[in-house]
Amino acid sequence: MAKLNTNGNLYTIVYATVIVIIVAFLLAFVASALKPTQDANVAIDKKQQILASLNIRGVEKTATEAKYDAVIKQALVYKATSADVIEGEDGFDVPSKEFKEKRPFYIAEVDGQTKYIVPMTGAGLWGGIWGYVALDDDCETVFGTYFSHESETAGLGARIVEEWFQDSFKGKKLYADGDDKTIALSVVKKGKEGTMSPDNYVNGVTGATLTSNGVDEMIKDGLSKYQDILNAQK
Amino acid sequence: MALFSKENRQAFTNPLNLDNPIAVQVLGICSALAVTSQLKPAIVMGLSVTVITAFSNVIISLIRKTIPNRIRIIIQLVVVAALVTIVSNILKAYVYDVSVQLSVYVGLIITNCILMGRLEAFAMQNGPWPSFLDGVGNGLGYAIVLIVVGFVRELLGFGTIFGFQVVPDSWLMDNGGLYLHNGMMTMPAMALILVACFIWAHRAYNKDIE
Repeated sequence: MAKLNTNGNLYTIVYATVIVIIVAFLLAFVASALKPTQDANVAIDKKQQILASLNIRGVEKTATEAKYDAVIKQALVYKATSADVIEGEDGFDVPSKEFKEKRPFYIAEVDGQTKYIVPMTGAGLWGGIWGYVALDDDCETVFGTYFSHESETAGLGARIVEEWFQDSFKGKKLYADGDDKTIALSVVKKGKEGTMSPDNYVNGVTGATLTSNGVDEMIKDGLSKYQDILNAQK
Repeated sequence: MALFSKENRQAFTNPLNLDNPIAVQVLGICSALAVTSQLKPAIVMGLSVTVITAFSNVIISLIRKTIPNRIRIIIQLVVVAALVTIVSNILKAYVYDVSVQLSVYVGLIITNCILMGRLEAFAMQNGPWPSFLDGVGNGLGYAIVLIVVGFVRELLGFGTIFGFQVVPDSWLMDNGGLYLHNGMMTMPAMALILVACFIWAHRAYNKDIE
C-alpha cells in the first residue's frame, strides 16, 4: 500500500469531511431509532409524577398507564387569559413551555373523592424546577405534591424530589384565615416563620435556601394563576 | 505480543497508583469537585468515565495512523462527543431512571480532561488493546479518588453513607447532642482541599514521584 501523506491539505479536508459525515449519520440514526422508546419513557415518567402528587408512588413502569387511566378522570386545557376550556385537547400533551398560553388542569378521583391537580414550573438555583400540587375538593387543602428539578445540587436542592419534603405539604392550607385572595402557602427557612400559621407553611430544605425559595415562588405563582379555575370548582 | 505482557499490565496498573490521573497527572479535577458531595453519583461518574475512556481510547487507537496531525485534537473531540451522545441516548431509551440521575454528569464526561489527555498521550501512539487497558486503568484510578473524596464528604457533610444514616440523630445539636454536620463539606471548595490532602498523603507514601 502506498504511503499516504496524512499531512497534506487535501487529505486533511477530505478526512475531516468523511469523519463528520459518518458521525452525523451515526448520531442521526441512533437518535431517530431510539426516539419512540425515549418518548414512551418520558410519558410514563410524567404519569408517575402526576400520580406521585396524589400520593400514589412506586407504581411499576408497566402498570403506570393503567393506573393513570383509572385515577385521572379528566385532563383539561384552559386558556391562559380566560376560564374557557379549549375543547378537544388533552392537558397531558401540553408541554411546559406552552404554560404561558395554556393551562392544563387535571381532575382525579382517589378513593371516591375528587382531587384537582395543578401543574407548575419555576426556577431553582441552577436550572428549571417543576411540580404538581394536588388539592382536595375544597380547593384549599393540599392533598399531595410532587416536585422535581433539572440540575439542582445533589444532596441539597435536589432533595426537593424526596418524599419527606413533598409529604410535609400534606394537609396545608392555600389561604390564611380571613384572606382568600392571596396564596399564603409558603416554603420558609426554619426559624423564619414569624407569625405565620403552621397551616400555611412548610420548612425548606436545610442548606438549599435558594432552591427552597424557588419552590416557594413557584407554588405562589403557579397556584395564583389557577385561582379562577379553582374557585369555579368549589 | 502477549495479551498480558509486562507493558500491558503496566498500562493498566500504573494509573491506579503511580500514575493516577488525579493525584499525579492532575487531570479531571473539575468533575471531581462537582460530583463528589455524595458517594453514589461519585461511583456512577467514575464508572461512566471508565467506560467512555476505554472505548474512545480503542477507537482513536484504531484510526490513529490515518488521523492528520493538524486536526487530531478535533478528531479526538468528535469521537468522544459522538460516543457520549450515543451512550446517553441508549441510557435514555433503556434505563430511563439512570439517565435522569446522570443528566448533568453525561455532559461533564465530554469535558473531562482525562479523556483528551489519555487519547493524546497514549492512544495516539499505542495499539487498541494496550489503549483499552490504559483507558480502564485511568478510569478506575479516577474512580478511586472520587470514591475516597465522596466518602469523606458524604460522611462529614450529611452523616450518611450511600444515603444510609450513620450518625445517629440523637448526636445532633438540634436534638440536644454535641454534633453538627459540617456544611462546608457539601461545598465544592472542600472537595478541592480533600483532593489536595489525598495528593499529599499519596506523595508522602510514594516518595519517588516527582
